[in-house]
Parts: sequence; C-alpha cells; structure tokens
Amino acid sequence: MQRIMNDPDNIVDEMLQGFLKAHSDIVEGTENKRVVKAKHRKEGKVGVITGGGSGHKPAFIGYCGENLCDAVAVGEICSSPTAAAFLDAAKVADQGKGVACLYGNYSGDNMNVKMAVKMAKKQGITVKTVVANDDVASAPKDQREKRRGVAGEVLMWKVGGAKAAQGGDLDEVIAAAQKAIDNTRSVGIGLTPCTLPAVGHPNFTIEDGTMEVGIGHHGEPGIEVCQLETADKMAKRMVDIVVPDYPFESGDEVVVLVSGLGATPVMELYVLYDEIDRLLKEKGIQTYKAYVGNYFTSLEMMGATLTIMKLDEELKELIDMPANSMGLKQM
Amino acid sequence: MEVFKNEEGNLVLSAMVKGIQENKAYLGEVDGLIGDGDHGMNMNKGFSLFEKRFLDGAITFTEGLDELGTILFSEIGGSMGPIYGTIFMDMAAAGEDYEEIGVKELGAMLEAGLHGLQEIVEAQVGDKTLVDTLSPAVDALKEAEKNGLSLKEALQNMKEAAELGKNSTKDMVAKFGRSSRLGERSRGVLDAGATSCYIILNSMADAMAANLS
Repeated sequence: MQRIMNDPDNIVDEMLQGFLKAHSDIVEGTENKRVVKAKHRKEGKVGVITGGGSGHKPAFIGYCGENLCDAVAVGEICSSPTAAAFLDAAKVADQGKGVACLYGNYSGDNMNVKMAVKMAKKQGITVKTVVANDDVASAPKDQREKRRGVAGEVLMWKVGGAKAAQGGDLDEVIAAAQKAIDNTRSVGIGLTPCTLPAVGHPNFTIEDGTMEVGIGHHGEPGIEVCQLETADKMAKRMVDIVVPDYPFESGDEVVVLVSGLGATPVMELYVLYDEIDRLLKEKGIQTYKAYVGNYFTSLEMMGATLTIMKLDEELKELIDMPANSMGLKQM
Repeated sequence: MEVFKNEEGNLVLSAMVKGIQENKAYLGEVDGLIGDGDHGMNMNKGFSLFEKRFLDGAITFTEGLDELGTILFSEIGGSMGPIYGTIFMDMAAAGEDYEEIGVKELGAMLEAGLHGLQEIVEAQVGDKTLVDTLSPAVDALKEAEKNGLSLKEALQNMKEAAELGKNSTKDMVAKFGRSSRLGERSRGVLDAGATSCYIILNSMADAMAANLS
C-alpha cells in the first residue's frame, strides 16, 4: 500500500486539520471536531447540511461554502458520521428557519440522520431530509427507494443550497432538492478497487483487463464485470444505462457531471466526456452545463461516474447561481 | 438463588472489551468478505475508548453499558454506532434499578435492547443481521425463566442460542445494510454484526457465570 499517512486511525482528524487550514477563507471548525461549517452565509435563511463517510473528497466537506451547504458532518472512512455530528451540524446551520439535511441513501447515514432529526426536534429545531438515490445500477427502477446516492448528490447540494440562499422556506428548499435528485440519474464504472488505509488491502478485486459496470462508491458490486473497453465504448455503455432509466429524451436540457473515482487521470475524464457529449447530441439531448473533474471520489479507485440531471426553469436558475466551496467554485 | 451483582460490572464489561479487542482482526476479515472490512476496527476503537475511560475502577454493569453505548453512539458512528449504542443504552435503562441480576432481569434487559434496536432498523430474524444472534439469545433467556433454570444454565443456553443464530447467517442472503447490495453474492459468509454480537454475548455470559453470588 503506497499511501501518504501517519497512523491510519488518525487519518480523518489529520485530513480535517489540513483542510481547515488550507481553506480557512471558506470553512471553519466548530465545537464538534467532526462538524465543519461555512464561514460565509446569508443571514436568516434556511440551513442546509449534509454529511457522510470520509474518503470521497471533495465530498462531503468540499461542498461546504457559500450558497451550498452551511455545515457538514464528517464520518470515519466510508462510515457514516454519528447522530451527534448530524445533530451538531443542524444546530450550527439553524437560523430559526429550519434545516434541510440532504444526504445519500446508505443504511448507516439513514439511521444516524433519523436519530439526529428526532433529537433536533426535542431541541426545537425542525430538520427535513432529502435522500439521494441517483445510482441507477444499485437497484431496479421499481425499487428506486433502495438505490444509493452517488455523484448526483453534488447537484442536489447545488440546487438545495441555491434555493436556501434565494430565501426559499424550508419546504421550498426540500422540494427543490428533491426535484433535483428525482431528475438525476448516475452510473459508475470501476477499473481498480480501493483500500481502507487501516485495513491495508483492497476488500474486493477487479481483475486486470476487466471493469465493473455499476460499481458503488465503496466498491459495492455493479451490474456486470466485463472486459476493459475503449473510452468510447465505456461512454456508450454509461449513456445507455443512464438515459433510458429516467428517461432523458430529445429536446431535454440537462446538466452532465462526469466525476473521476479518485485515481483516474482527469485527462481521461475529458476523453470520456467528449464521447458522452456526442452521444447525447445524437439523441437530441442538449447539455446546458457540464462539470468534469474529481467531484465525488472513492479513495484511490480508478474509474468514473456519469450523472445527468434534467433541467426546468427553476433548476436552471439554481444551477446557475454563484457558489464558493473547495469542491465547486462558480462565478 | 444465584445472581450476578450489578455492582461487579467491571468484571463482565472488561471481558466484553477483551472479546472485541481479541477479535478485531477476525471481525475485519468477516466484514471484508461482504462489507468494507472496518467492523473490527470501529468496534475495537469504541470498546477500547470505553475501557480507557471507565474500567480503571468499580462500575456497575448497567452504568458501564450506558457509557459504552454512549461512546459508540456519539463517537463511532457508521451503522454499528447507533445499533450497538441503542442496544447497550436500552439494556442499561431497563436494568438501572437492579442490584442483583438473575435470569428474569437479564432477559428483560436484553429484550429491551432488542426492542430499542427494532425501533431504528426494520431487520427481522432471517435478514442476515445481528438480530439473528440477539433475538434467539433473548428467547433462550425467556425460555429459561419459564422453566425455572438457574442463571448459570440460562447463560449457557443463551450462548448456545446466540451461536446457532450467528451461524445461521452464513446461509442467508443479506436484506439490510451494505451487504444487501450483493444479493445472492452475500450467501455463504457470516454476517459481521451477528458475529460481533455473538462475541459480546459469549464474553458477557462467561464472565457472569464465573462471578455469580
């Protein structure tokens, strides 16, 4: 294992210390060392929070900032933050208008958020939730409630954060974030596995020369393992999974987000995007805005995810709003 | 009638901590097969924190369970934080007034833990979770109470029921948690939570049985 670290048990805390120092213009620490808050936020608005396991940089703390999330709960690597951390994030974010907790569909996060919502209620803070489930490969369409949240969460935070910054009330923020995720579909292809630093070896394998289609952000197995293909064929495979599921149709305006899984060179993401864009154009689907880069990773996994969100006028306006965080800067 | 004195909690709690510490690597391996391999590590972290903070001196069994549960719940997170946190805290709440713990009392405590857990997760017996270990353990204690068994006999039956329950998860397909994404591929290996639950109950039972009054 070739990693930059000290004691693997302290890696999350040490990462956080470095992150807070490097981005002190955007974020700051709180009393709970596992809660990060945005330095700048509009007064009197609905709070927006998220949280999740570590190892997905820039997610989750990379989306803490202006017109995005106000506070973020931080967990161990690939492990949900505590209920106490979600609760403290809600307390930090609350300005008396309630808090929208926008997070991904994983059993640990579901349990901890559920308990945090209950505890917040006792303390007079209303927390409402949207659970991202954009990963097409993780369950059939008729069981959408079982699907995992992946890179589509970034678009959910963008939209929810912008709606709150516009002055939307809690129900409006929740409705916008819910619409964002309902309009979003993703799929991932993994080329190599990832290793938890404290475990020291990968807990799943992807044989050389093969790829796992539909892989999850923690190496959850996908739909099928097949021979490694050219970028063009991978793009087609991803588009063919994502487009019919929603389904995105000719005339739709969409946001396209291509994220690396951590160890794939960003250059290759553009190779992939080039073909994705061509395929979408061929189908008459208009790309209104594209994001290409490492937006939501899985430690040192190689591979990429494709996320598509269908826009309407409201979503377009919210996606266009400026934002300032480590992971997403938009003028 | 033989009982376990609540005030002698340190003996049992220390054994539970040791059980987890000694099985840290094993639990990691079990979890690594269909999970992400961090179960042993996270459990060890929580139980060792508890040992460091609370097992220097005397502590009642129920106070200890409450502190252990609080640490898991507020400092460990993941799925196991709220799951074991709830079990231990609810066991503690059910037993805090007991000076002496007999078959009936232990059954009531463990049952409260199981009920608390089922308020936050919908898992039932057969879903390949720690409910498959905990639920038969509760049943064994209830059965022992009905049949008027001694605490020693009841603990032995509870251990055996928990072990059978743990082993039964091997042939199941996971319905909850990360391993449920694997479907059929989750069959053939033990559930990590069911395994750690067995280790905890086994250590607890042995230490109690060795320290009856």
